[in-house]
Amino acid sequence: MHMADALLSPTIGGAMWAATAGTIAICARKVQRDLDDRKVPLMGVLGAFVFAAQMINFTIPATGSSGHLGGGMILAVLLGPCAAFLTIASVLTIQALFFADGGLLALGCNIFNLGFFPCFIAYPFVYRPLVGSNPTPMRIAVGAVLGGIVGLQLGALAVVAETVLSGISELPPAAFLAAMLPIHLGIGLVEGLVTAAVVSFIWKARPEILQYTIESRPLGHLRLQKVLIGLGAAALITGGALSWFASSNPDGLEWSMAKTSGKEELEAPPTAIHRLLAGLQEQTSFLPDYGFKDGGTEPEIAGESSSSWPAVDKGTSTAGLVGGGLTLALAVMIGLLFRKRKQTP
Amino acid sequence: MAKIESAFLDLTYLDRLATGDTVIHRLDPRVKVVIAALFVVCVVSFDKYAIAAMLPFAVLLMIIMGLGEIPAGYVITKLVVTSPFAVMVGIFNPLLDQQIVLHLGSWAISGGWVSFLSILLRFGLTVAAMLVLIATTGFNQVCMALERLGIPKIFAVQLLMLYRYIFVLLEEGQRMHRARALRSFQKRGMEMKQYAYLLGQLLLRTIDRGQRIHLAMLCRGFDGTIRIRQNLRITTRDIVVFLAGGMVLIVIRRFNIALLLGNFITDLLQ
Amino acid sequence: MSHHIVEVHELEHTYPDGTAAVRGISFRIHHGEAVAVVGANGAGKSTLLLHLNGYLTPQSGTVRIGDFPLTKETVKDIRRAVGMIFQDPDDQLFMPSVYEDVAFGPLNLGLPPEEVEQRVQQALQRTGVEHLRERPPYKLSGGEKRAVAIATVLAMSPDILVMDEPTSNLDPLSRRTLIELLAGFHHTKIIATHDLDMVIDLCERTIVIHEGTIMADGPTTDIFNDDLLLKKSHLERPLRMQACPFCSRR
Repeated sequence: MHMADALLSPTIGGAMWAATAGTIAICARKVQRDLDDRKVPLMGVLGAFVFAAQMINFTIPATGSSGHLGGGMILAVLLGPCAAFLTIASVLTIQALFFADGGLLALGCNIFNLGFFPCFIAYPFVYRPLVGSNPTPMRIAVGAVLGGIVGLQLGALAVVAETVLSGISELPPAAFLAAMLPIHLGIGLVEGLVTAAVVSFIWKARPEILQYTIESRPLGHLRLQKVLIGLGAAALITGGALSWFASSNPDGLEWSMAKTSGKEELEAPPTAIHRLLAGLQEQTSFLPDYGFKDGGTEPEIAGESSSSWPAVDKGTSTAGLVGGGLTLALAVMIGLLFRKRKQTP
Repeated sequence: MAKIESAFLDLTYLDRLATGDTVIHRLDPRVKVVIAALFVVCVVSFDKYAIAAMLPFAVLLMIIMGLGEIPAGYVITKLVVTSPFAVMVGIFNPLLDQQIVLHLGSWAISGGWVSFLSILLRFGLTVAAMLVLIATTGFNQVCMALERLGIPKIFAVQLLMLYRYIFVLLEEGQRMHRARALRSFQKRGMEMKQYAYLLGQLLLRTIDRGQRIHLAMLCRGFDGTIRIRQNLRITTRDIVVFLAGGMVLIVIRRFNIALLLGNFITDLLQ
Repeated sequence: MSHHIVEVHELEHTYPDGTAAVRGISFRIHHGEAVAVVGANGAGKSTLLLHLNGYLTPQSGTVRIGDFPLTKETVKDIRRAVGMIFQDPDDQLFMPSVYEDVAFGPLNLGLPPEEVEQRVQQALQRTGVEHLRERPPYKLSGGEKRAVAIATVLAMSPDILVMDEPTSNLDPLSRRTLIELLAGFHHTKIIATHDLDMVIDLCERTIVIHEGTIMADGPTTDIFNDDLLLKKSHLERPLRMQACPFCSRR
């Protein structure tokens, strides 16, 4: 499941970006150093393959719903972890840009969730030890299924962690987890089965294709602990820096009627523009006061909510609504205007 | 329509939009990439109950879409199609956060609904920003820009090659998918066994293609590094647009324009 | 000019699965000759072509291109001398735009930018596709793709052109345009094909391959008039040389 920008705080998004960018840099270095130039076009076409494969659905047995290949595992089996990670990262980038799966900020999370776990955890620590250097269809099946499940469970865990830490969604972590893990158990199982079937098919038809990754050590001279520590540090530093920046820079101009803390007054900071606007306001308004003054038909609304909401200023929310509505109208109008203009000439 | 076919149409449609020649299209892709990133960061950094303050970003996006001649209908359709995940996760907010924060007449609105709406708005703005970036820039140019902005070259090359062969592979996958559909008559879904077989076939062909491409590269002196011709040149106009765009973004992020406007109007009415 | 000679001597190749694709092939092609290699599917044409640009090195026998015997050391020089045009232009056009695809080879040769530019320009001009310069390859028609694929090879200024089914998947007009284009080249040409009518137009000499060996090697017209030979090698007379069922009925 793709993480979405809408659910991410910039801190978490930024931290995951740092971790992903770090992994990409490491993988790019390793792939370049391996000097296996066959891989350059192979990664490209296999990425395109995964992309196309994801567009074809099949029926999941006994459920009636449909699924498709994720691709992380199969890429790792065919290319090895580093090249596979780069490939899955490219696939997700294109999906984010063209099909709006997730978004730009969430891309870091998505690449990590769907690439890192299958390539660097499930493949080297689950699939490889189980399949060994002498694959049989049975071993491939067990390795791929367990690998698929492990990869997707970790991915689901990461989605939950990222969402909860971001704090945009109100979902309680336990409930979210309880929903995500079983779903992804199913998805992982299916992913594993499809991967197993495809890999066995290739193994029977053209064993030499798999021979290549079988012979290589999955991570080469890359030390996973070192990489993990490095990435963790990068993510922590970025996350820490961003949250420090965010907290030391509180936004005084939010439509903060919902700030339960109530500490933040809705006083606009005395900046030049604001002063200018305020001045303008004073000059143009009959009553230099905020909000509608009990406009005849409008029932009194402030009293009721004031107890639960000390910070809410009725006037401010009214102004927010009016301003928001107008801005929205403006956006729509601009859209229509351009459309008209395009049609007339 | 099968998913694979609509994916194909989507790609070609966005690709066609990118061949346009408008003020926005002519900007240096680096400027557009950085501005788009800044746009997204601005939007997602809003407080979780922010709505009005985000709307000026929609206005900005509309202006850019208008100048870039990107049909709003297309972008909106895409947003609706891709929204389920955001809706699914966001819809819990109204259930879980029931504190009343606002009364509209006799209508009480809870914080959950506000934050839900805020999630949808964020989603719409960030996704639309991506689509507009691609539709006014084209994927290849975005890759060139990214390469210039410092992503590892091999990754840039990957992206370019992947994009190049998506068209070929989608067509190949589509042909196989059709051939299967034609012979399966009333049965709509595909069994997993068939699916794996179809994918296996497609994968074999793909690997063979990879080998042929490698051969084609070798024939023309490929030695492991792909040399990308960079023809991006920043002009003064690009710099001006970049600075102005960045400033506009920061201003509308920093100041709640919608609220200021609202204050202004309500005062006026009194 | 000895370096345009292609000489294959007692070439043999067996694939790892035991298929003997080429079983002792010998021929010699001189400077400026245009030679067709014809034969049934699976006769060994493709395997033979893969030896001519050094993708495969001889398991037994020799391949000489110009002054170089084909070995691991000379492969680079040989690839510069032999321009290979693939059956599927999608395999050959892997870069994001036509310009970049054509410039790929010259850039790998390490040429200075002006020279690269000049070579690209010339190659595109030669194949008549200058207007497609900035287009991405997936937006070209079959004929355009083929022309660009040829341009990518010309930009390397090869001495010898090796082509695998150059007219496959082309509409009749594009096919004709391509044949005219190829007829204008003065390179040594080796064309593997099933399109025997094109062979009449382009090649004075034809080599017939059957089950990994050479069935016949001689002037095109002689070979296409030998019905027995053609039948044995799973071929038939080009349409142009068959009696027309409509005209002859009259």
